[in-house]
Amino acid sequence: MDVKYREAYTKGLIKENPTLRLVLGTCPTLAVTTAAINGLGMGVAATFVLVCSNIAISLMRKMIPDKVRLPAFIVIIAGFTTIVQMLVKAYTPSIDKALGIYLPLIVVNCIILGRAEAYASKNSVGLSALDGLGMGSGFTAALLLMGGIREFLGKGTIFNWPNGGLIPPITIFVLPAGGFFVFGMLIWLANRLSDKFDDDASRRETNENVCAACPSAAFCHQTVESETSGLAAAAITKKEADNNE
Amino acid sequence: MNSTGLFAILIGSLLVNNFVLAQFLGICPFLGVSKKLSPAVGMSVAVIFVMLMATAATYPIYMFVLIPADLKYLQTIVFILIIAALVQLVEIVLKRYVPPLYKSLGIYLPLITTNCAVLGVAILNIDKEYGFAQAMVNSLGAGCGFLLAMVMFAGVRERLEVAEIPKGLKGLPITLVAASLVSMSFIGFQGLFGL
Repeated sequence: MDVKYREAYTKGLIKENPTLRLVLGTCPTLAVTTAAINGLGMGVAATFVLVCSNIAISLMRKMIPDKVRLPAFIVIIAGFTTIVQMLVKAYTPSIDKALGIYLPLIVVNCIILGRAEAYASKNSVGLSALDGLGMGSGFTAALLLMGGIREFLGKGTIFNWPNGGLIPPITIFVLPAGGFFVFGMLIWLANRLSDKFDDDASRRETNENVCAACPSAAFCHQTVESETSGLAAAAITKKEADNNE
Repeated sequence: MNSTGLFAILIGSLLVNNFVLAQFLGICPFLGVSKKLSPAVGMSVAVIFVMLMATAATYPIYMFVLIPADLKYLQTIVFILIIAALVQLVEIVLKRYVPPLYKSLGIYLPLITTNCAVLGVAILNIDKEYGFAQAMVNSLGAGCGFLLAMVMFAGVRERLEVAEIPKGLKGLPITLVAASLVSMSFIGFQGLFGL
């Protein structure tokens, strides 16, 4: 039992890190990491929503009819997002200002919907809470790392403290272009490390297809496939058949 | 009320504050559906369509229901529900009355509910205190900006397919580096119209 609980928490930290291994929630990752403190704020806010929504969804998993589960999950997540928005606005107005519209956009963060669909709707409350906490910690750690790197290189500070003039600020790193670049390099590093240390070969492929872990990946993939082979109509027919079931 | 001119808003959301390359909204479809040109265009057209519909629906509801009832804090929940319902509705209406359009756009619609660009534009229109016409133009610019980024990037990625890339960088890392370069070119628009 103990192992199972520990595994529920630890897998999100490194092995299945939502940002660097599964590549989910890319929008906030790129957008708010111009400074380490913003990354931390975003990470903590998203973790709060993730843990709460995982608990709520796990508690209600037997009540929610299968057909309306996605809208139901979205409403639950939106509720907790609103709570977190109010808390951040009240207690840390500077973070609220820095995160801007990305704070309400936690509601469409695919890590949260992804965990609800893949984990909380199938597992017990305790496990779901730990899973949320683990995934949230992994997300926070990745955001903090990325924010730290971009702030250090782009502004020459660490948590708004001067770094002692080690390097002159390279402004491009706090601009959007730098965000894409640092994220690309971090994923490269994560891939290299997992090639070396992860003996489970199946996992190495995870981010070959960008959206492997996204809730709508299967659909997206089917869309691209059918478009490229000129079978869009077939996809629709299949979807209609699914709807009629 | 914000008094920025309509043309400045259009250019602003199309180029200067491009949704994908400057504001990081809608990165998932940007990375996921940009492998080939035709799905990239289909997806973008669907996004433009839904963005305009979403703005036309959320803006009046915010102004005439949420504000008078003093329920501003319900913005996030109400907007996401409206967008989800709207996407369903559009799907049903297109299927029934305009089957050819449904065939080309329909498959992308379910993906759009969780696209942060659509919810993002609805919230931004409120945050910036735009009037209704300004909000619609802003949404049009944002959608066309998404199309522009997708089309440019699909072109870049088709070239990447045949390029010789170091093993570790294959797949996502090189895609992000390419996105970084495309985004860098958009820095050139910074400062247009003082936006």
